[in-house]
Amino acid sequence: MFDFLNSGQYDVLGAFWVTVQLTLYSAVGSLVWGTVLAGMRVGPVPLMRGFATAYVNLVRNIPLTVLIIGCSLGLNQTLGITLGGSNFKEIGFRLAVLGFIAYTGTFVCEALRSGINTVPVGQAEAARALGLSFFQVLRLIVLPQAFRAVIAPLANVLIALTKNTTVAATIGVAEAALLMKEMIENEADALFAVFGVFALGFVVLTLPTGLLLGWVSKRVAVKR
Amino acid sequence: MKLFKAGAAAAVSVVLALTATACGGSSDKASDSGASGGAKKDKIVIGIKFDQPGLGLKNPDGKFTGFDVDVATYVAKELGYQPNQIEFKQAVSAERENLIANGDVKLVVATYTINDKRKAKVDFAGPYFVAHQDLLVRADDSSITKAEDLNKKKLCSVTGSTSAQNVKTKLAPEADLQQLPGYSECLTGLENKSLDALTTDNSILAGFAAQEKNKGKFKLVGLNLSDEPYGIGLKKGDKDLQTKVNAALKKMVSDGSWQKAVDTNFGPANYKAEPAPQITEGS
Repeated sequence: MFDFLNSGQYDVLGAFWVTVQLTLYSAVGSLVWGTVLAGMRVGPVPLMRGFATAYVNLVRNIPLTVLIIGCSLGLNQTLGITLGGSNFKEIGFRLAVLGFIAYTGTFVCEALRSGINTVPVGQAEAARALGLSFFQVLRLIVLPQAFRAVIAPLANVLIALTKNTTVAATIGVAEAALLMKEMIENEADALFAVFGVFALGFVVLTLPTGLLLGWVSKRVAVKR
Repeated sequence: MKLFKAGAAAAVSVVLALTATACGGSSDKASDSGASGGAKKDKIVIGIKFDQPGLGLKNPDGKFTGFDVDVATYVAKELGYQPNQIEFKQAVSAERENLIANGDVKLVVATYTINDKRKAKVDFAGPYFVAHQDLLVRADDSSITKAEDLNKKKLCSVTGSTSAQNVKTKLAPEADLQQLPGYSECLTGLENKSLDALTTDNSILAGFAAQEKNKGKFKLVGLNLSDEPYGIGLKKGDKDLQTKVNAALKKMVSDGSWQKAVDTNFGPANYKAEPAPQITEGS
């Protein structure tokens, strides 16, 4: 039943390692990009506010598959952008991370913006009255409290991102979903077992993430 | 892990029990399942590919064309079904075994390579065609003549396909392999020179190269990198149907319809014709 795991033909752990790498790089990138977007959306400059609003509403409504294939066909094949990669393996990985950051950043931004709304407006006004600039208010007063309020929603985004990385298989990044396609092609007599192994693999990745961050969010939540 | 294995084994045994009971009744069921085949009487449901020009393609007007379609139509005729009694159903690669096992389709004629793993789940009739893994390059490109030439070249194939795995493990491990979801995406890259070659079965490549919009742009290199005997998939244990389909295939070859189907579907693409393969399954 599960002989295919012992045949030595498939590097299941290696494929899941690529999934983990995709997730980590994209998570860090989208956290940064999402924070920047959130800052722009609450900022005092109308142009930046308009850009961030338009960007979020546009990108989060594009199907991720379209976005990722667009990165490959549009940016790479047509425009020749390689992001410094020298072969398709590197290029594909980097393009996928770029796509995931562009997409997931919008969800991080919206989660963070809801966190900003939990900070009483009086605090920001008091900080302004003390003479802090917009960036100082954001950095010292608002964002630290906002982040603590949105750990749980951000964990949701992270779990969704982990599963979304399977879309990278469509542009040939050798992560778990691509290996699953290969195994389905070869192991016609054990399809359910193949599905089972990969379903379990993703549960193993996401379940601890959810539990850990759920615990963290309770510990760090701002008591009001 | 142990618990999971036990659970999976239990689930699989349930599935097996269900399919086994279905097989048990097949001797009398097989004869009427084609006739009853759902609500409509006198229909035969055949699984084909919907997206492969030259083999199985659903055209915008809803008609089906291709070599697999021609074979399916001929076999159905020999089984006693007129063309208007055939219902074609899409059989994507990963679902072919289950479509047959669940009885959703009676036959699968969908670039279905006969191999032992698949024979554990379904029976085959045929083979009716032997395809070979080959390369498609731009018509003016003569730098690739053998598999070793692929190293350092940009090669494209469909995600997870057998051809892609062959390249990675055997043919040219140093080739820069790009895996894309469909052959059309690969062709776009080949045309605008971001890719150098596309690899898969020569029948599929010939079908794409023979399309009206691609005529004259691409050529087959003509390598036989592997043998892919295409069979007609049918329910496991249905010897009666297997014998009938084999007989139909033999007749198709002997009366010349087979050659005609090959010529019309693959002709325009520098495809080297081969004689029809010997029937090896069953009988």
